[in-house]
Amino acid sequence: MSVSAQPLVAEHGGEHRDYGGAKLGMWIFVFTELILFGGLFVAYGMYRAMHAHEFHKASGELNLTLGVINTVVLLTSSLSMVLSIVAIRLQRKRQSMIFLACTMLLGAVFLVNKFFEWKAKFHHGLYPGSEHLMARPPGERLFFGLYFGMTGLHGLHVTIGVVVMSVMMVFLARDRIRHDDFIKLENTGLYWHLVDVIWIFLLPLFYLAA
Amino acid sequence: MSTAVESPTNEPSFYARKGIASWLLTTDHKRIAILYLSSMMTFFLVGMTLGAFMRLEHLTMGPTIMKPTSYNALFTLHGVIMIFLFVIPGLAASFGNFFLPIMIGARDVAFPRINLLSWYLFMSGALIALSSLFTGSGPPDTGWSFYVPYSVRTGTNVTMAVLGAFTIGFSSILTGLNFITTIHRLRAKGMNWMRMPLFPWALYATSWVQVLATPILGITLLLVVLERVFHLGIFDPSIGGDPILYQHLFWTYSHPAVYIMILPAMGAISEIIPTFAHRTIFGYKAIVISSMGIAALGSLVWAHHMFTSGLSDFAIVIFSLLTFLVAIPSAIKVFNWVATLYKGSVELRPPMVYALAFIFLFSIGGLTGLFQGALAINVHVHDTYFIVGHFHYVMFGGTGFAFFAALHYWYPKMFGRMYNERAAIMAFVPIFVGFNLLYFTFLVLGLQGMPRRYYDHLPRFHAGHIWATVGSWILVTGLLLMVGNLVRGLFRKTTIPANPWGGVTLEWTVPSPPPTENFAVLPVITEPPYTFNPVAKESA
Repeated sequence: MSVSAQPLVAEHGGEHRDYGGAKLGMWIFVFTELILFGGLFVAYGMYRAMHAHEFHKASGELNLTLGVINTVVLLTSSLSMVLSIVAIRLQRKRQSMIFLACTMLLGAVFLVNKFFEWKAKFHHGLYPGSEHLMARPPGERLFFGLYFGMTGLHGLHVTIGVVVMSVMMVFLARDRIRHDDFIKLENTGLYWHLVDVIWIFLLPLFYLAA
Repeated sequence: MSTAVESPTNEPSFYARKGIASWLLTTDHKRIAILYLSSMMTFFLVGMTLGAFMRLEHLTMGPTIMKPTSYNALFTLHGVIMIFLFVIPGLAASFGNFFLPIMIGARDVAFPRINLLSWYLFMSGALIALSSLFTGSGPPDTGWSFYVPYSVRTGTNVTMAVLGAFTIGFSSILTGLNFITTIHRLRAKGMNWMRMPLFPWALYATSWVQVLATPILGITLLLVVLERVFHLGIFDPSIGGDPILYQHLFWTYSHPAVYIMILPAMGAISEIIPTFAHRTIFGYKAIVISSMGIAALGSLVWAHHMFTSGLSDFAIVIFSLLTFLVAIPSAIKVFNWVATLYKGSVELRPPMVYALAFIFLFSIGGLTGLFQGALAINVHVHDTYFIVGHFHYVMFGGTGFAFFAALHYWYPKMFGRMYNERAAIMAFVPIFVGFNLLYFTFLVLGLQGMPRRYYDHLPRFHAGHIWATVGSWILVTGLLLMVGNLVRGLFRKTTIPANPWGGVTLEWTVPSPPPTENFAVLPVITEPPYTFNPVAKESA
């Protein structure tokens, strides 16, 4: 009666590999991230509806040029991420590592830009809890509260992304990521695109609202 | 249900490897389940002690054993511990981890290392939350719901407690993600969706709620921390924010969280009832659909916690209607369990006794929930002991009793040992009596107008408080007896057959305790679950 059966996934020496499963898990994780930001988007939507004029006015004080540059930087980094995955599939390990390094570099550029942007805001006294900001109407206080909260959380995600990519770099170097086993890199890519997509929404909500 | 007949193997059980490291670095789902189970039971006993102290405070009028501020800290910690450290991980993290892979015929969960990570996150969250007792300026006094603006302004150490809950939320998400992937990818050959047992089904529904709702809690708690540290202003009315937004976001998670707590409990009951009625479950498909229905509808009813917060009349009518709708799938389950008993050969052994008590107590909890779904009554009973009684009937009478039922049911399988069955029944009696004396009195006190979270009471509530406190003594005695009996059973050397209860799901085909790889040969499923006899086989 006892029948030997193949499981849905292949097993090699006790270690099972299931690309479909790994990808499914990552997609679910990406959903949870979207919902995490979703709470903030709800808050933004509600307060913007309540204080449309003040949001409009406060948005004009953000540095649109830096915002657009960062958008281009992040979009380009998504491209290099994809190229890195394509390269490893074609067994071009060196090329894959170079593209991954580009992605990390662009992520770092994004963070540096963000740093200078925040620094300028702090310089002008535009940060949560500052006297200067508390003297302004509630809508503007909320705008900057949301601005720092949402770009801050996004910045944290960019930082985590860069750290994860540096781990992937080590995996690539040690052949733990290969042309026939690159799910880790692909999932990192999924995460990185999520970070990118969230920024695509942050740009119009904060910089283009003016 | 399976054609694979397990030949008695000489494979060592999953306990065979010794040493602390073999536990702390394990990726075996069964060992992780034991880690969860033991830590959760510890937290439960701590939470129970805090609750007993609260009852003791109400034994006399005026200060009995503590100051009002200590009472505030006590009900906050009791709530945080019981909710975040016991019922939310609950049956999913403990029995789910142990039995989900076995019941669907797999060797482990899809991501064993993430599974271990989620236990570590759970434990670090617990430590962070409990460290709020000893750091900063004292334990939080906001209640487990951390309502703003008080949670932003109080000087007590809310930040640590909130960060702890955030970390535990992360652990919960990872468990949910792991279970969904496991169920999608690792079911044994032939186990299509409608051949999956009901406990895995319940875990599947739970996991989706965990994955979809917990991030909202994450962001909400994160905002409370940012509010306290950086004065962001999103929830703080003095800066321009709206505290009601906090309530919306908080309950958007915390109401579905109620179903994270109860759905696996319902799943376990759906396993126990057929085993001890020796009869196939009545309405398998209806139970499956109602699990998914509860998960979906339960996500749409959060604002019924906020009927008195000044929402528009239109909004509260909609939320009231949706709240009543959730009762339908829950009632379907209750009817199905009861119908399963009909003409079954019911065997009143300890797991079954707890399971039957679950049906009784959960029904009271569910029906008192409907009282509060009605808008007019809600205004009357809002923030009274009626609410406290109601959710203890659901969370403790429901999830708690189902947890004990599952513990007695799967105990021989998990440990390869047996507790004393007579003692288990003898412990059950004071638990059941004490429970009802304590919490039914709460329902009555609430209708009389006793407000919750007060450390003192008026003379007209005094008799009720004495009854409830006496009930708490009986309950605690019973619980200690139960735990004592279970712990003692661990040291009684016996050999447990693979199938001591006559169950028909896959976990009863493997040795007790199971070997590390669960199955010597992965099973092939040819029949629906709960096929007990030839008649059922033919009609299936």
